[in-house]
Amino acid sequence: MKLVVIGNGMVGHKLLEELAGTPNLAITVLCEEPRPAYDRVHLSEFFSGKTADDLSLVAPGFFEQPNLRLRLDAKAVDIDRVTRQVVLADGERVPYDRVVLATGSYPFVPAVTGRDRDGCLVYRTIEDLEAMREWGAKSRIGVVVGGGLLGLECAKALKDMGLDTHVVEFAPRLMTVQVDDMGGRLLRRKIEALGVRVHTGKNTLEIADGGGVGVGGRHAMKFADGSQLLTDMIVFSAGIRPRDELARTSGLIRGERGGILIDNLCKTSDPDIWAIGECALWQGKIFGLVAPGYDMARMVAAQIKGTAVAEFKGADMSTKLKLLGVDVASIGDAQGATPGSLNYLFSDDVAGVYKKLVVSADAKTLLGAVLVGDADDYGSLLQMALNGIPLPAQPESLILPSVEGGAKGLGVDLLPATASICSCNNVSKGDLCAAIEGGATSLGQLKKCTKAATSCGGCLPLVKQVLDAELKKSGVLVLNHLCEHFAHSRQELFHLVKVGGQKTFDETILAHGKGRGCDICKPAVASVLASCWNEHVLKPKHASVQDTNDYFLANIQKDGTYSVVPRIPGGEITPDKLIVIGQVAKDYGLYTKITGGQRIDLFGARVEQLPAIWGALVAAGFESGHAYGKSLRTVKSCVGSTWCRYGVQDSVTMAIRIEERYRGLRSPHKIKMAVSGCTRECAEAQSKDVGVIATERGWNLYVAGNGGMKPRHAELLAADVDDATLIKLIDRFLMFYIRTGDRLQRTATWIENLEGGLGYVKKVVIDDSLGICAELEADMARQVETYECEWKKAITTPETLKRFKHFVNSDEADGNIQFIDERGQIRPKSALEKQQAVTP
Amino acid sequence: MTDAAHWTFVCHRDDIVPNTGVAAKVGGAQVAVFRVVAPDGSEDGPDNGIFAIDNFDVRAQANVLSRGLIGELSTETGPVLVVASPVYKNHLCLRSGRCLEDEAWSVKAWAVACGDDGMIMVRAS
Repeated sequence: MKLVVIGNGMVGHKLLEELAGTPNLAITVLCEEPRPAYDRVHLSEFFSGKTADDLSLVAPGFFEQPNLRLRLDAKAVDIDRVTRQVVLADGERVPYDRVVLATGSYPFVPAVTGRDRDGCLVYRTIEDLEAMREWGAKSRIGVVVGGGLLGLECAKALKDMGLDTHVVEFAPRLMTVQVDDMGGRLLRRKIEALGVRVHTGKNTLEIADGGGVGVGGRHAMKFADGSQLLTDMIVFSAGIRPRDELARTSGLIRGERGGILIDNLCKTSDPDIWAIGECALWQGKIFGLVAPGYDMARMVAAQIKGTAVAEFKGADMSTKLKLLGVDVASIGDAQGATPGSLNYLFSDDVAGVYKKLVVSADAKTLLGAVLVGDADDYGSLLQMALNGIPLPAQPESLILPSVEGGAKGLGVDLLPATASICSCNNVSKGDLCAAIEGGATSLGQLKKCTKAATSCGGCLPLVKQVLDAELKKSGVLVLNHLCEHFAHSRQELFHLVKVGGQKTFDETILAHGKGRGCDICKPAVASVLASCWNEHVLKPKHASVQDTNDYFLANIQKDGTYSVVPRIPGGEITPDKLIVIGQVAKDYGLYTKITGGQRIDLFGARVEQLPAIWGALVAAGFESGHAYGKSLRTVKSCVGSTWCRYGVQDSVTMAIRIEERYRGLRSPHKIKMAVSGCTRECAEAQSKDVGVIATERGWNLYVAGNGGMKPRHAELLAADVDDATLIKLIDRFLMFYIRTGDRLQRTATWIENLEGGLGYVKKVVIDDSLGICAELEADMARQVETYECEWKKAITTPETLKRFKHFVNSDEADGNIQFIDERGQIRPKSALEKQQAVTP
Repeated sequence: MTDAAHWTFVCHRDDIVPNTGVAAKVGGAQVAVFRVVAPDGSEDGPDNGIFAIDNFDVRAQANVLSRGLIGELSTETGPVLVVASPVYKNHLCLRSGRCLEDEAWSVKAWAVACGDDGMIMVRAS
């Protein structure tokens, strides 16, 4: 069969992809443009650095297939249906058995006087983009006519070129099709905040000479309300019109307002000619989105191949976009056109979020939605609307911001297998599940083998949710297994060890694991053993499972030296002790720095120097600061009511009390705490694992805050408690975390992964819902009683001291450790500096 | 020179805590010597005993490998005894010095022997 495909846009190309390898089919592709198919959805990325090649949709070698012939710059002007030949502009005739019209659309330019002036452009093809770029280079001001989806995309392009950008829209709001008044208003505000000027309700009558010399006013746009706008270039992006000229010349039936009429099989009035994509008119509708076009392409391909024949049933016009960096989504009946429909609205002008649900008159089903500023819920709301999933008892929970511990949204488990997850590539939940079962267990693999989330990407979060849920169900998820040697989470192992009474790593791996262990499970088990039995980490039986930091009780640095951190509880230190630290640093030539946790870090110590350094520190009354351990680090404090005019409680005393209580406590990860003496919060307690803030009546206890890579505000666990209650609650909270936290999981991630979150923790440690509070307190009491300073112990244990040597067979130092002076202190030499030192 | 002259005595087996390493000076070089013992305490068999590789971690540019944690990792070619660098946690095969993450970080393996008397010798090269 000889097939002629007219047009090689996104939809035309999808058809070719679907037809690839079909036997007995010779395809001629006529493409009017000078290049084959490219991604028009992401056109504006041309201005943020992408090239025409980056945007190409053609797989390497695609057009080298036999029986597939691509002709560029080939414009079809007629279809001679009597001789069955397509006529090209140069008179050439291409014979056919069947034709597919995928001619797409052209940009609509309103009938405005002066619209053909130089610098008045449209936004559709790569050639258009090149013209925009050329004009952009010699312009200061740019105007987009049209405030719809494409117009805003185009405005981004102008903005990316650095122009003063204006959007002129005829209607009273932006994106009239997709959003409602309130959503449009917020969208406008957000876009204006980015520096794009928006003019709505403007009817352009004329584009006249602006009289500007050079840039700053080549054109004057004159509006019906008498106002005018000076600009250097104008891009029309006010909608599209179908390219149906061939239907006109060849006598195919067109719609009243254009478009090639098609039936449910995408056939035109000539049964040998199909039309697909934006040139086709189905039941009075033109679909300007890529997904319905792809649907049509797939259907026509199936008919040509003689495989299953499906009928086009229309398309869901829901969309999710990022316009100028603002998330906008529209689902189903976004305007509430259904009789009797009701709305739920959420609007947050501070955060710049607007959400609307349109529900049926009985409030049982979701008909549509508008999301502006935060479209994360697009996927789940769309599925809910498409599949008629019953709304929850409180539909508003779907759009309200999530409150502490509350679960939100729609679980993907509720979706039927037929639910279409990726509408661009027609991938259902069932397809995803089949692929996952077939071994696609990473997001990358899943995308590759199903093509889901590879076009517009809007469904990516949902695809990930399906993947996670399926993996969880099939038990593939091994993430909570410690490593290949222990098929348990840290929490499970903690209980096993506590019950089983294992005291060493070897006993533990023989009882609960397999193999020899590794650098992941060894320190994790060491931490569990320390938390359970508080055995001294220096005991030889634990030596082989401690990280080098715990082995040498110091923090390894990049050059193999170590840093030394004495404990300075609450950050309070006497002048005498300060002098000792200074003297030790001087004696051993160490670099000193004040840490973020109100202590002093001494750097550049060699292993063999550590015992002597600590000997001097211990003699002066210092003890280990455990900076090397997964344990309590510091309790930061402000100066509190003793000195501060505003302090309401003695934060320093409380900080010291807390630091001395929990020092040396081994846990899944490091623990940081702080105590502030008043609500001004100078100790920044709300960014700590445990934060205490003084009130007029006692203390507020905050937990699970974090600074660092992913900051998290601590949450209030209890308010206005007295000293004893405060300590009791911290005891319980910490022990509960130690028992249930995962390996290297800080309290912030722990609480976020804990089902029920803070609410659950409150129940356990305040209401004693599990009946374990007494046990937690007893565990902590035992920890406190058995505390001993690890360094004090080390320097008095000859067996331990033996390990503080660089060479087993020599007393020499490591010659590779070399320093250089900087700002009056040492720093490690770089590799280059070491080389220079040996070169004579 | 006979071959025997190349062997350098470094320490006694008991000088190394089971499943840890020590650094030894062999000629002008630094060698990390490891004593590998099975969880049941056995020191015999092909997977237990003494191993030696460079002490210099080419990734960190520091003499630290003797201070890494010993482990066993599954690979496509079966389980491999490794030490994890204490600085960036790259894993080096105790038999070959090969780095599991990146060949560029591989180091040299040294011939090592432990006599009946527990004396550990490394062959200088």
